[in-house]
Amino acid sequence: MSSIFESQFRASATKLTADLRHRSLIRKALKGYEKSRDEKKARFQDWEAARQAAAETKWEAINHLDKYLSEFADNLARRGTKVFWASTAEEARNYILNLAREKQAKTIIKSKTMTSEEIHLNEVLAKAGYEVVESDLGEFIVQLRDEAPYHLVFPAMHLTRNEISHLFHEKLGSPETDNPEELTMTVRRDMRIRYCKADIGISGANFAVAETGMIAITENEGNARLTTSLPKIHVALLGIEKVLPKLSDLALFLPMLATVGTGQQLTCYNSMIGGPRQPGETDGPEEFHVILLDNRRTHLLADAEQRDALHCIRCGACLNVCPIFRNVGGQTYGTTYQGPIGSVITPHLRGLRDWKHLSFASSLCGACTEACPVKIDLHHHLLQNRRNAVVLGTGKLDRIAFRGFAFLVNHPGVFGVAVKAGRLVQRLHRLIASSKIDPLRAWTASREAPVIAKESFRQYWKSRHK
Amino acid sequence: MTISLFIPCFIDQLFPSVGISVVRILEKLGHKVDFDESLVCCGQPAFNTGCWNEARDVAIRVVDGLKNAEVVVIPSGSCGAMIRVFYPEIFKGHPKQEAALSLAHKIYEFSEFLVDRLGVVDLGSRFPAKVTFHNGCHGLRELRLKQQPRQLLRQVKELTLVEMDDQTSCCGFGGTFAVKFPMISTAMGEAKCASALETGADFLVSNDSSCLMHLQGLLSRKKEKLKSIHLAEILASF
Ligand code: SF4
Repeated sequence: MSSIFESQFRASATKLTADLRHRSLIRKALKGYEKSRDEKKARFQDWEAARQAAAETKWEAINHLDKYLSEFADNLARRGTKVFWASTAEEARNYILNLAREKQAKTIIKSKTMTSEEIHLNEVLAKAGYEVVESDLGEFIVQLRDEAPYHLVFPAMHLTRNEISHLFHEKLGSPETDNPEELTMTVRRDMRIRYCKADIGISGANFAVAETGMIAITENEGNARLTTSLPKIHVALLGIEKVLPKLSDLALFLPMLATVGTGQQLTCYNSMIGGPRQPGETDGPEEFHVILLDNRRTHLLADAEQRDALHCIRCGACLNVCPIFRNVGGQTYGTTYQGPIGSVITPHLRGLRDWKHLSFASSLCGACTEACPVKIDLHHHLLQNRRNAVVLGTGKLDRIAFRGFAFLVNHPGVFGVAVKAGRLVQRLHRLIASSKIDPLRAWTASREAPVIAKESFRQYWKSRHK
Repeated sequence: MTISLFIPCFIDQLFPSVGISVVRILEKLGHKVDFDESLVCCGQPAFNTGCWNEARDVAIRVVDGLKNAEVVVIPSGSCGAMIRVFYPEIFKGHPKQEAALSLAHKIYEFSEFLVDRLGVVDLGSRFPAKVTFHNGCHGLRELRLKQQPRQLLRQVKELTLVEMDDQTSCCGFGGTFAVKFPMISTAMGEAKCASALETGADFLVSNDSSCLMHLQGLLSRKKEKLKSIHLAEILASF
């Protein structure tokens, strides 16, 4: 039985895989990325050693999450930050809703945060009557189009300049242009006013430093810095896996994230925030709230086999190299987190029964695992999810088929008969191959079927040893 | 030495000349080849589909059958990875765990065996053609075989090796994935074929017949002239 999510995935994948324009657009976009990523990787003395160090640091953090999270929270609280532990998406949403109500907020500005996508924050705030604006250019674009981000890092990578110009013309009344600077200026003019008006700024965090009680945000547009400093109230929403033990860990993680995330040595802006405005300081928000979100991350933590998936720094490198992602596109997944990491963790976050299909929709090529800077064993986790799905009692037909196959293989006499029958069937199959009634249509609709050889290897071996 | 050959079912039935080529090459190098006809499958299709118990039922026969082998050679990176990397997984805590581990240590993919174990790269082969090489992903990333097949190809007389764009990207076969998600598998294969065609090569070579079965299927459907061929078949041209 396939879930509704699987049906949607299949329908969208069928459409996008046949869309040659999409295929070449994504390929072209990623060619540029690959080139700069490799250049920046080459600046590391030893990239593999850096990956190993990063994996070990994250391993330490995730395996002592209790210790580092409370250190992080205590340090933040000491400087007057309100820390809220949210077990579920709903608790996190309610906290923000209550805060907005209490402060009589009208406008809320946001900088890019996938965690807020995860808890569907925008929908809830909009429904409650708040004006919510995404300040990241890519997020702003997909918000105007009323769609989900296409990619963890590049939310609007599926759109061409012309499409964006058209969108701005339609929604913001700006003149059509294919000049990227003019397009950015259009948004900037619009955005500056909104920053000044906003009552609350909501951000995510790329890292949470336990030792100093600081969040670190890395970005290229400066919008996160404005979002977190202009409004009177700043709320940072982050998953509990973001924690790093020490401030000096950033010396590795910031350049690493920039390298594989965007192909930069460092992003243009890197902010560290450790509290609200302190006495004697002239600027910064009056209140700083940090929401630490679990939302079933502890479910993943409890799975010793796949716990390393919590190492993820959401760099998007695994998406960029994934041939599935490149062909079906990010929105086809129907998840907050797309690509290989999404296929691995979504079953943990939202249930294996509904999301197992993502683990089967993979050729298991392993390009993701090779690309991941924190060495998450992504493609092997897909195999484990497949096994777990079967253990759960799904895929009964597969099991019956493979049980039959195991029987054949273990009974050479019967196997020989089956092989002979196969030859006969192949002759008949040619008559209907690739037609609508062909039971092998999943193969033959696009591919010629291989031909069974006149003499098998076994026959050759026998004849030579007579 | 005596080399036990493992010929997976699809090579046996669809691409027997791959197995025959391997036998000819190993014998030319002066080794004795041994073949157990009763071993037909490593269990990978079941394993990859999540049916680990069924995979083990098939694998037990392989582990038992190759118990006394000195070394085992398999002309497929994919089946090689199954035995070396994944048998230890599915036999965890099983009475045959030890035997599975010992098999994992003596199994070699064909090109790996020639280059890394025997130290042979020049077989005196001649193949007058322009070829491009596709790495099967399991061989490439589970067994770390990238250079070995290329080292062998470079020694073949009158052969020109041209690399294609995106040379390490997956062809889209992926076992049962190819029929569970044919649209994605096909799109990936089309991209691979396009890169291969761009090189202007006469042959698309791989050390995995399963990738080639998929790619050849696509090429034939489009009536392309580019022909697929297994590495062993080229090397056996002497
Ligand atoms: S799984 Fe690894 S490569 Fe993928 S987004 Fe996370 S850190 Fe990056």
